[in-house]
Amino acid sequence: MNPLILTQHDSVLLITLNRPKARNALDNATLQRLAEELEAAANDASIAACVITGDVRFFAAGADLREMAEKDLPATFNDLRPQLWARLNAFPKPLVAAVNGYALGAGCELVLLCDLAVAGDNAQFGLPEIKLGIMPGAGGTQRLIRCVGKALASRMILSGESITAQTALQAGLISDIYPVELCVDYALALAKTLSHHAPLALQAAKQSLRQAQEVPLQAGLIQERQLFTLLAATADREEGIAAFLEKRPAHYRGC
Amino acid sequence: METLLCEVTRGVMTLTLNRPDRLNSFNVALHQALAKCLTQAEQDDSIRCVVITGAGRGFCAGQDLNDRNVDPNGPAPDLGESVDKLYNPLVKRLAALRKPVIAAVNGVAAGAGATLALGCDIVIASRQASFVMAFSRLGLVPDSGGTWLLPRLAGRARAAGLALLGGKLSAEQAEAWGLIWQVVDDSEFSATVEQLAQHLAMQPTYGLGLIKQALRAAETNTLAQQLDVERDFQRLAGRSSDYREGVSAFLAKRPPQFTGK
Repeated sequence: MNPLILTQHDSVLLITLNRPKARNALDNATLQRLAEELEAAANDASIAACVITGDVRFFAAGADLREMAEKDLPATFNDLRPQLWARLNAFPKPLVAAVNGYALGAGCELVLLCDLAVAGDNAQFGLPEIKLGIMPGAGGTQRLIRCVGKALASRMILSGESITAQTALQAGLISDIYPVELCVDYALALAKTLSHHAPLALQAAKQSLRQAQEVPLQAGLIQERQLFTLLAATADREEGIAAFLEKRPAHYRGC
Repeated sequence: METLLCEVTRGVMTLTLNRPDRLNSFNVALHQALAKCLTQAEQDDSIRCVVITGAGRGFCAGQDLNDRNVDPNGPAPDLGESVDKLYNPLVKRLAALRKPVIAAVNGVAAGAGATLALGCDIVIASRQASFVMAFSRLGLVPDSGGTWLLPRLAGRARAAGLALLGGKLSAEQAEAWGLIWQVVDDSEFSATVEQLAQHLAMQPTYGLGLIKQALRAAETNTLAQQLDVERDFQRLAGRSSDYREGVSAFLAKRPPQFTGK
């Protein structure tokens, strides 16, 4: 069975994790397919943004524990996974997580890697690795603490307990909660809103937002200004400002 | 003897608390039996209404105090444990159940028995029934949602009077104060409950479940938030087959045949 189902909605690519029997566990093969599809989407001018979702009960339940158990220290040391995660992280267009049900372990780390996240009202987010004698290994500690702060991140990671959609909303892990049955619709609508914007501006803004977590403020401000300046050379900037002044919709060409 | 009788007839699950010699008070076995039946009610689409009632002369006397015999020389018991593990999950599941729950209060409802009944979607009481917030008389606090429900149902003044004094509130007074839906004469009680349950079991269950959720959401939402909830739920309701059936039956001037989906 194909671990991913791809459907395109106008210029939005919807990727649905499709391993229901494995509760959408993110084994290496699935991560690899995901990386390949995102790399293809990055090079496809007809795709402006991407939504990742699971099923109604499981966004993604974690890594594949059998696969993990098979790896001793040397095998884990040389695991392909960090490179696969880096490839997902390199996707230059907006990435939206539409989370229904459980987003646990690697599933939660995938949500944290996305630019935007919305959730169904049944969503649960957790990093339960500690219960298995391990710890998050794909950004869980680093991205969660930057996202929700020390108190909640430490509580989640050290206790292994999940949080509800409501708590995730208050903590800033997600931006909206919807009824489960409408979550993907709303995520697609949100992605569609983004997709109407100038591609280079979107890409630059995403890059600048990412930089905020990498560099000190002064360096970040300089990089932000450089990207802002770079956009001054684009035809789409000219078009965007002209369209606004002429009170008409803008037609961007991605240059 | 079974502590809980569970009967499913024509879409109605009737749960009869069945410890009549103990006024149907709760012990662990009764909690476990209720939890099991609720799982069935949650999963089985053919069940479209749940009725909770009591066997014998009472509805439910709350926690069985025989299980709470405090040794005066021993350490203090942790009552929070059973609230957390047994009562709170029960209250949450009844509230979250996407089908109507009727409390058929046949006699005295005391303590958690009273607060549990008042938390159901539709409360019908027989004329001999009464509600007793007995907690304060033992030095305890109304639980199973009591302190949340009472101010919302009765207003602050009556909530405080009921909870602090712990007196008996007659079914008639409860109806007059708007705490419950209806009081029915004892002789007509079972027939009225059955008729109501049968009616609800033939209604558009999916839509009723959405209404129930919307009303719960309204307890904490602002108007603007609730308008968003209504928009979303209407969107979902519009996709249901019962909505199509309802409209076509109305236009064809025939009675609708709802499937609950």
